[in-house]
Amino acid sequence: MQRIINFILSYRNAFLYGFLMVISLVLTIRSHSYHQSRFFNSSKWVSGNIYGTAANISAYFGLQEENQRLVEENEELRRLLFNNATPTNPILPDSISTTYEVISANVIKNSFSSPRNYLTIDKGKNHGTATDMGVITTKGILGIVENTSNKFSTVQSVLNTKSNINAKIKNTNHFGSLKWDVGDYNVVQLVDIPRLVPLVVGDTIVTGAMSSIFPENIPIGVIKKYDLDNSRSFYHIDVELFNDMSNIKNVYLIINKNKEEIQELEARTQNE
Amino acid sequence: MNSALFINGLRFVLLVLTQVLIFNTLNFLGFINPLVYVIFFYWYPIKSNRALFMLTAFLLGFMIDFFSDTLALHSIASVTVAYIRPVIMRFCFGVNYEFQNFSFRNTTKIQRLTFLGLLVLIHQVVFFSFEVMSLSHFLLILKKVFATGIVTLIICALFSSLFSPQSE
Repeated sequence: MQRIINFILSYRNAFLYGFLMVISLVLTIRSHSYHQSRFFNSSKWVSGNIYGTAANISAYFGLQEENQRLVEENEELRRLLFNNATPTNPILPDSISTTYEVISANVIKNSFSSPRNYLTIDKGKNHGTATDMGVITTKGILGIVENTSNKFSTVQSVLNTKSNINAKIKNTNHFGSLKWDVGDYNVVQLVDIPRLVPLVVGDTIVTGAMSSIFPENIPIGVIKKYDLDNSRSFYHIDVELFNDMSNIKNVYLIINKNKEEIQELEARTQNE
Repeated sequence: MNSALFINGLRFVLLVLTQVLIFNTLNFLGFINPLVYVIFFYWYPIKSNRALFMLTAFLLGFMIDFFSDTLALHSIASVTVAYIRPVIMRFCFGVNYEFQNFSFRNTTKIQRLTFLGLLVLIHQVVFFSFEVMSLSHFLLILKKVFATGIVTLIICALFSSLFSPQSE
C-alpha cells in the first residue's frame, strides 16, 4: 500500500496531465460528433458582452463600406418593388411574406480559418431566435443558428466540417448537399449531383426546397470547377461563395413559421 | 509572492483578451491567427508548483476555447506545453536551471529564443493536429504549423523584449 501511494505521489504530475488531457479530449470529441457544447460557447453572457463591446468599437471603422452595402441592397429592393411584376433577380422568394419572418442582427465575432467555424451574433432568445434557424446576408447564405442565450446566439458557419445544407442548381431541380473540405474559405463543395446533369462553370447554386431551414432560391455561389467523384456517378463541384466570408457584419435570421408543422408531419410519416 | 500572483493574474486576463479580441481576428493572409498567449508559459515563474502551473495552463486554454468556440483544443495544447516545459528548459539552459540562483538574466539571447521557439513549436503542432484531426490533411497541418508558428514566434519575441519582466 505504501508503495502504491509513493508511486502515485512520485508521478502525480503525470497523472494530473493525463486527467486534464482526458477531460479536454472528451470535450473535443463530443464537440466533433454532436453540437458544440451547450454550456461553454461564445453566446454566453460574459463572452457575448465582451465581443459585443469590441464589435461596437470596431464597427466605426467599417461604417462607410457597410453603408455602401446597405444602400446597394436598398436599391435592389426598391427596384424589385417598382418592377413587382417581373422581378429579374428574385433574391427573396414570393412566399417569404407569408411563411417566413426575418430578424436582422450584427455579427460580433467571426472566424473562418479553423475547420469548425462559428460566428456569434447579437440577437438571442429575447429577440426570438432559436436553434436551427437559417442565417443569410444580403449576398447569400451564411449558416444555421446552433446555440442561443438570452442576448446572443452562435451560428454554425457553412465553413464548418459539420455543416450540411441542401442546395441545387438554379432553375433546375437537381439537388445535392453543400459541405466544406477545410480548404479555401471562399470555396465550398456541392456533392451528390448525378452525372447526367449538364453543368457549366459559372452556373449559380441556390438553396434547395428540401430543408425547412432556408427558403428556396437563396443564392449561395457559382460553380468554379467540377469533376466526377470516386464512384464516377456523381459530381464533386467546387462552389465559389457570393459572400466574402472574411468580411461580414449585417445578417438576417429567417424564421419559418411552418417549420414545426412540417417536422411533425414528417415525423408522423416516418413512424408509420 | 502576492505581487507575483497579481502579475500573473493580470497577464492571464490581458493575454486572453489580447488573443480573442485582436489576434483571433487577425487572419493574416487569410488563415494566420498567431497564438500569442503561448508567451504566458515563457513568462511564468520558473520555480513554481508544477501541478498549479498545469491547472493554470488548462484554465488559460479553456478560457480561450470558451471565447473562440473551439472547445478544448487550446486546453489540450496548453496543458501539453505546461507539462513538457521543464524538459524544454533542461534542454535549453542545461542542468543549472534547477539551481536556486538561476534566472533569465544570466542566460544568453539564443538560449531564450530557443526556449520560446520550442514552446511555440510544440504548442502549434499539438493544436493544429487536434484541430484538423485527420492524417489525410497532413500537408494542411504542416502549412498551418509553420506559417502560424513563425508569425507567433516573431510576435512573442517582440512581446518578450517589449515587456521584459524586471522582477525575474
